[in-house]
Amino acid sequence: MTKTIIEFKDIVKRYGETEVLKGINFQIEQGKFYTLLGPSGCGKTTILRIIAGFTDASEGDVMFDGKRINNVPANKRKVNTVFQDYALFPHMNVFDNVAFPLTLRKVSKKDIRTRVLDALKMVQLSGYEDREINEISGGQQQRVAIARAIVNEPDVLLLDEPLSALDMKLRKEMQYELRALQQRLGITFIFVTHDQEEALAMSDEIFVMNAGQVLQTGSPVDIYDEPINHFVADFIGESNIVRGHMVADYLVSFAGHEFKCVDAGMRPNEPVEVVIRPEDLDITTVDKGSLTMTVDTQLFRGVFFEITGHDDTGNSWRIRSIHRTEVGAQVGVFFDPEDIHVMRFNESEEDFDARLETYEGEESDR
Amino acid sequence: MKQGKLFYYIPYGLWIALFVIAPVVLIVYQSFFNIAGHFTLSNYATYFHSGVYLKMTFNSVWYAFLITAITLLISYPTAYLLNQLKHKQLWLLLIILPTWINLLLKTYAFIGLLSRSGSVDSFLTFIGIGPKQLLFTDASFLFVATYIEIPFMILPIYNAIAELSPSYVNASRDLGASGWQTFSRVIFPLTLDGVKSGVQSVFIPSLSLFMITRLIGGNRVITLGTAIEQHFLVTQNWGMGSTIGVILIVAMVITMLLTGERKEKGRTRHAK
Repeated sequence: MTKTIIEFKDIVKRYGETEVLKGINFQIEQGKFYTLLGPSGCGKTTILRIIAGFTDASEGDVMFDGKRINNVPANKRKVNTVFQDYALFPHMNVFDNVAFPLTLRKVSKKDIRTRVLDALKMVQLSGYEDREINEISGGQQQRVAIARAIVNEPDVLLLDEPLSALDMKLRKEMQYELRALQQRLGITFIFVTHDQEEALAMSDEIFVMNAGQVLQTGSPVDIYDEPINHFVADFIGESNIVRGHMVADYLVSFAGHEFKCVDAGMRPNEPVEVVIRPEDLDITTVDKGSLTMTVDTQLFRGVFFEITGHDDTGNSWRIRSIHRTEVGAQVGVFFDPEDIHVMRFNESEEDFDARLETYEGEESDR
Repeated sequence: MKQGKLFYYIPYGLWIALFVIAPVVLIVYQSFFNIAGHFTLSNYATYFHSGVYLKMTFNSVWYAFLITAITLLISYPTAYLLNQLKHKQLWLLLIILPTWINLLLKTYAFIGLLSRSGSVDSFLTFIGIGPKQLLFTDASFLFVATYIEIPFMILPIYNAIAELSPSYVNASRDLGASGWQTFSRVIFPLTLDGVKSGVQSVFIPSLSLFMITRLIGGNRVITLGTAIEQHFLVTQNWGMGSTIGVILIVAMVITMLLTGERKEKGRTRHAK
C-alpha cells in the first residue's frame, strides 16, 4: 500500500471576509501525479501555497508525512515549486539558478556540478548551463525552473499552471515530458491547472474544484465517465446535459421517452440530470434512432463533424460524428444504455461513492 | 512632420546649451587663467602640489562617503519596511514631504534646535546631562547632511524593492533559503540598481556641500564646495575656483561610471 505524504484536514482559508477555501479534506499519496483542476479563483493555487508554506491556513491541519506542518516555514519543507512565471533569478545564469538551492547548504563544488548537470540533463537542457536567463526561450526557462525545483530532490513537486505561458504545441510536448519525468523520479507531483485536457492527459488523480471546495476526486476516466454533478460534467469535456427523472432502477425518462441505463439507487420518480458525451451519440436514420433530432448547425472540425440540433421536446444536442449530414434534416440519434450517465441534484461525493458501490457490486454478481 | 519634431527639441536644446554645455565650457576655460588674467596651467599645478587642496579634496570625498554610507544604512531597511506596510504610498509621501521645503530654511531650523540654549540643549539640561556643544561639530554636520539626503536615497531603493516580483522571494524561500540568505542572495542583488542610483544622487551632491558645512559644521569641515565659494566670492580668484570646479566635475563623472549600470552581456534585467 502506498503511503500518504500530504493530508489536509478541514482546511479553511479566509482573506478578510471572503472564504476562499471552505473546509478542504484530502489525502495525497506518495509517487502519484495529482492535478487540482478548476476555473480561476476556485482556490486551487491557494492550496498549493498552503502546501508550499507561502501562506497559512486559517483553520485546519496540514499534515506532511504524518506530522503537522502548519508552523514549519517554507524553506524547511521538503516541497519545491515550479512557479507560473518560473521566477528564475535574472541575475544568475542557468547553472547558478539550478545550483542555487544546493549552494545554500554545505554541498561541495564538485557535487553541485554533477547534480546540476544531472538535473539539466533530466530536463533535456544539457549544454545550456552557461546561458543567461534572458537568452533562452520561454519553453527552456520552464525546463530550467523544473530542473531547479528537482535538483533538491524534494518529496513533492508543486507545479502552478507551469504550461499556461507556452504555445499549444510546446504545451502538448511538455505534458508528455512532465508525465515521463514524474514516473522517472517517482516523486509526488501536484499540478494546478484550469485546462481539463491537460489534467486528463497527465494525472493519476484529479481533484475537481469550484468555489473553494473539492467537488470530485478520482482518476481521469472516473471523472470523465461519471461526473458527480452538472458543474463537473460541464467543466470536464463537452457534454449534453438534459433534465429527466428516474422511473425505477436502471430506467430513466428524458426527452419524452424512457431509456434503459446503468444507474440505480435513486428514489422512484426522482428528478435527475442526464449526461451523454457528444462522442457517444451516433447519427442514424430516424427509425433506428433512440431519439429524433432536427439538425441546426454542422461544423467541420477536421477529424469529425460537430453537429448541433434539437429534439421534439426542445432539448439541444451536440454530436461528434464522422459522417456528415444536412442542416435542417431529421435524423435519428442513437446511444447505448452505457452511454447514459445519471446525476442527482446536490449529491455529495461520499453519498455518490456509496451509492455507486451498492449497485456496482450487484452488477458484477449478475 | 520633421519640422514638428524639431520643434520639440527647442526647449531641451536650449536648456542643454545654456545650463549644461555653456557653464562647463566656461569653467574649463576659466580654469586656464590665473588671477591676473594670463593663460596658464599653474592653477592645476597649484592644486596638485598644495597639501591644502588635496586635504580638502580628501575631506570632501571622506565626508561625502560618510554621509552616503550613513544614509544608505538607514534608507535600505526603511525602504524595505515601507514596502511591507499597508498604506505604503502615504508613509513614503511623509518621508518625501520635507524635500519640498527650502534647504536653507531647514538648515536654519537645525541651528535653532542645536544651538546653545536651543531645544535639544534644554532637553539635555532637563534630564541632567547638562548643556553640550552640539552645533559646529562633525557629528551635527553629518547628522544634518544625512537628514537632508535621506529622501533621495530612500526613493530609488523603495522603487527597486517595489518592482521586485514577490515570486523571486517565494522561490528563494521555497528552495530552502533562510531569511538572510534570501536577502543577500536574491533581494539585495536584484535591487542593486536602486542602491546605485541612490548612491549617485547622494554622494555627488555631498561632494560639493558648502552651506551646511558653514552653518552647521561651523567651517570646521572645509570641503571643495567651501573652497569654490571662497575663491569666487572672497579671494576673487576665479581661475582657481574654476579649476576646483573641474576637479569636482571629474570626480562626479568617475562616481557615475563606478555606480552606473554595467552593460555586462546578458546581465541586464530581463524585461517582464
